Amino acid sequence: MALAKREATIEQRDAGIGTKQRETRLPIASLILGMLSLIGMMVSIWMIFLYAPTDAVQGQPQRIFYFHVPLAWLAMLGFGIVTVAGIGYLLKRDERWDWAARASAELGAVFATLTLITGSIWGKTTWGTWWTWDARLTTTLILWFIYIGYLMLRSYMGRTHASARAGAVLAIIGIVDVPIIYESVNWWRTLHPSAEVGVAGALPPSVVLTLMVSLTTFTLLFSFLMIQLYQLQRAQTLAQRLRASIE
Amino acid sequence: MTFLAQVLAILWKDIRCELRSKQTWMGMGLFALLVLVIFNFAFDLRVDNKAAIAPGVLWVAFVFASLLGLGRTIAAEREKGSMDRLLLCPVDRKAIYLAKLLGNLLFIGVVEIVALPVFAALFDVSLFAGTLLPIVLLGTLGIATVGTLFSAMAAATRARELLLPVLVFPLIVPVVISAVRATGSLMVPALNEPPWIGLMAAFDIIFLSISMLTFEFVIEE
Repeated sequence: MALAKREATIEQRDAGIGTKQRETRLPIASLILGMLSLIGMMVSIWMIFLYAPTDAVQGQPQRIFYFHVPLAWLAMLGFGIVTVAGIGYLLKRDERWDWAARASAELGAVFATLTLITGSIWGKTTWGTWWTWDARLTTTLILWFIYIGYLMLRSYMGRTHASARAGAVLAIIGIVDVPIIYESVNWWRTLHPSAEVGVAGALPPSVVLTLMVSLTTFTLLFSFLMIQLYQLQRAQTLAQRLRASIE
Repeated sequence: MTFLAQVLAILWKDIRCELRSKQTWMGMGLFALLVLVIFNFAFDLRVDNKAAIAPGVLWVAFVFASLLGLGRTIAAEREKGSMDRLLLCPVDRKAIYLAKLLGNLLFIGVVEIVALPVFAALFDVSLFAGTLLPIVLLGTLGIATVGTLFSAMAAATRARELLLPVLVFPLIVPVVISAVRATGSLMVPALNEPPWIGLMAAFDIIFLSISMLTFEFVIEE
């Protein structure tokens, strides 16, 4: 009873979180997103493997591109969210921004890892090598290192305000650095195929359609997982605070 | 006290501290020399591959030695408990950052002045062309701006020796690429080289400004 009461006061202390409305509204949103990404995933897989034509030059391995491109896009979007949430935290000092930053960093790190893996598989079949020091590959790898550095820093510093501020600063430095890294490696050497989506007539419409469906699906999946991780971050913070109040 | 006087006061404090103990300078200098010697064995330098390897060896030695020194800057203050006192002083946080940055530049600079002649002798290269100085200066500034900021972050954790390189190495990739390429083109002049010195200068200006602005968030208690 006393514990429940204490829990309630802690919930109230964190202004704006843990109110009844939020508790009931969020699962519905995440349920809808989850269903949409499930359906989208089914449609995408059908489109990727059956609807989209086989590439004349690259053959079947080209299909991994429909996974690779959305993953790469979300790895970058994830870092953008980490930075925006970090700046939000620095301005508002509200820990909800920080939960969003942490959630997005964890998710982004997974997507960046998958980008590197799918890219390597494609590279092996098409270029004949798992890895080259091309500008996009190198930048993705560096982004992956920055993600891991961010997660390490956050886990070493614990759930403190100093940790949230340090994470925000790292994200700001990182997002400014990524284009510079890209440019410097680009000057150094480059091999990656350039994007051919915007160019008229470069790709058949079915390929573009498949890619767009796949991009939408993965973005939906990202938002769905983002909500779950955000809730997890929130629950972890509250649990930690609860434990601290008991000890 | 004006901003400049504050910066100089903190810088002078660090220099005096270092002159008494000499720990950081000696450690960094010896480390840089050892890296040069180890690379000599690792790469089996010959006349035909010297131009390709030597600039990389030089900059790896500089980067590693810099990180050793950078790790000490804020950590030493925290160990002695003087960081809190420094923060209590009515000085601008930007002044603390700038003083720490200048101190790091000075320490790394001293190490580089010692390491460069040794490098030239061990690897039998003549590096003392006119533009080596700006390359070394801009490259070191790039490493030190980002490094000083992150050493403040890493100092707040238990694993600072581990965390600092993990955070700094990915971010200074542009500096390392440009510095190595620019040094390499001094040894073997290449046609159509991209403007590496300009890239380093841009990197330095951008990250000096961002670090100045964000340093207060990192050390805020």
